[in-house]
Amino acid sequence: MNFLPLWRYRDQLIDGTLVTLELTVIAACFGLLIGTAGAVALKGRAKPTRWLVRGYIELFRNTPSLIQLFIVFFVLPSFGLKLPAFEAAAVALSLYFGAYSVEIIRSGLDSVPKSQIEAGQCLGLSGWQVFVHILLPPALRNAYPAVTSQFVLLLLGTSLASQVAADELFHVAGFVESRTYRSFEVYAVICAVYFAMAMSFKILFAVVGALAFRSPRRR
Amino acid sequence: MALVEIRDVHKKFGRTDVLNGVSLDVEEGEIVTIIGRSGSGKSTLLRCINALETVDAGEIHVEGQRVHAKMPDLRQFRQRVGIVFQAFNLFSHLKVERNITLAPLLTGRIGKSEARALAQDVLARVGLADKIDAWPEQLSGGQQQRVAIARCLAMAPHLMLFDEVTSALDPELVGEVLKVMEAMARQGMTMILVTHEMGFARNVADRIVFMHQGRVWEQGPPSKLFVRPETPELASFIASVK
Repeated sequence: MNFLPLWRYRDQLIDGTLVTLELTVIAACFGLLIGTAGAVALKGRAKPTRWLVRGYIELFRNTPSLIQLFIVFFVLPSFGLKLPAFEAAAVALSLYFGAYSVEIIRSGLDSVPKSQIEAGQCLGLSGWQVFVHILLPPALRNAYPAVTSQFVLLLLGTSLASQVAADELFHVAGFVESRTYRSFEVYAVICAVYFAMAMSFKILFAVVGALAFRSPRRR
Repeated sequence: MALVEIRDVHKKFGRTDVLNGVSLDVEEGEIVTIIGRSGSGKSTLLRCINALETVDAGEIHVEGQRVHAKMPDLRQFRQRVGIVFQAFNLFSHLKVERNITLAPLLTGRIGKSEARALAQDVLARVGLADKIDAWPEQLSGGQQQRVAIARCLAMAPHLMLFDEVTSALDPELVGEVLKVMEAMARQGMTMILVTHEMGFARNVADRIVFMHQGRVWEQGPPSKLFVRPETPELASFIASVK
């Protein structure tokens, strides 16, 4: 076992880590936007929109995410939409994360009793005010644990982007391995990096959660 | 003109007739208590008065204004009509102060600098001035219900509706809520209550309305209704709750 040959490639490995983080955060942000919009649409009255969202969710949750990525990267160019590897991965992962977020956020919204909404309406608040001040805060609080664990899955899932040669951590690892022939060492190191990132996010989310949701938990 | 005018209101849930032609007037400053067996349409009638339910036929006017779910100034209307529910429905993610001040602030009734004073004022009226910084879950059921009443009072309503507000409370906590409501009655608030508290109905109400099968079956002052009921339905109801 010899980790020393890897030292030369530390800059590439750090860059790969940063690209992985960037990809995760971008996909998470867009995914959550898609998720919130989708959840609101699912609860809305327009039937075609509901079917559209439902179809999107089922499509993306019941097909391999690697194939989703390949479609964005290899198939869309024949329809005139050619994206570089990183952008293609960001789009595919956003859509993938969004499909899961819709259901998570919808169940968060559903977890708020109808009587809370009624109480807000009876005080003369508008639909938007009820949504923002009465429905959303407890919904987010209830959805938060599921969103954070889905986020960690997304972080680990970004390794798929290596398959379209986006310069994220897993792809860099393959490159380093091909140069050093130190398979075990390379994958042990990046495994540790993934683990450290995932654990750091878990701790960060726990702290943020404790600060953001200070009211005592429902017993 | 009465403050509340209900004219021949009908309401169905699915195929079930809940309200079968209800007519009722409530004058300003009057305390009206609606009693009756469960399923007689009491709560539905109350919910129709502030457009939480839409009537199928008939009309409801409050302060001369026709009430329905699509009325253009529904929000302003609801600010004038407070409703307190059986299940309190406090916002569990907000502290007591914010529960009270949220609606007055969002609707522009008060400015930020007046909020705490308003919360203190209405909490004092329900005897909970010291709970202004508590979370709803730290309060007993009776205290939560009093906060819910304070939350309504903060909007300075012209009319208050109470939907079985003591039914979810432990027996020893009922008294504190009724006391608050009695005090409001003495101050001249117009109140319509649905309740199973016959003692309260007898002592505080100006008028008792007995509902049966979705109709106003019998009504009158408590001294008459409880002592000499005219219909066998009311007589048997009174006997059953004694």
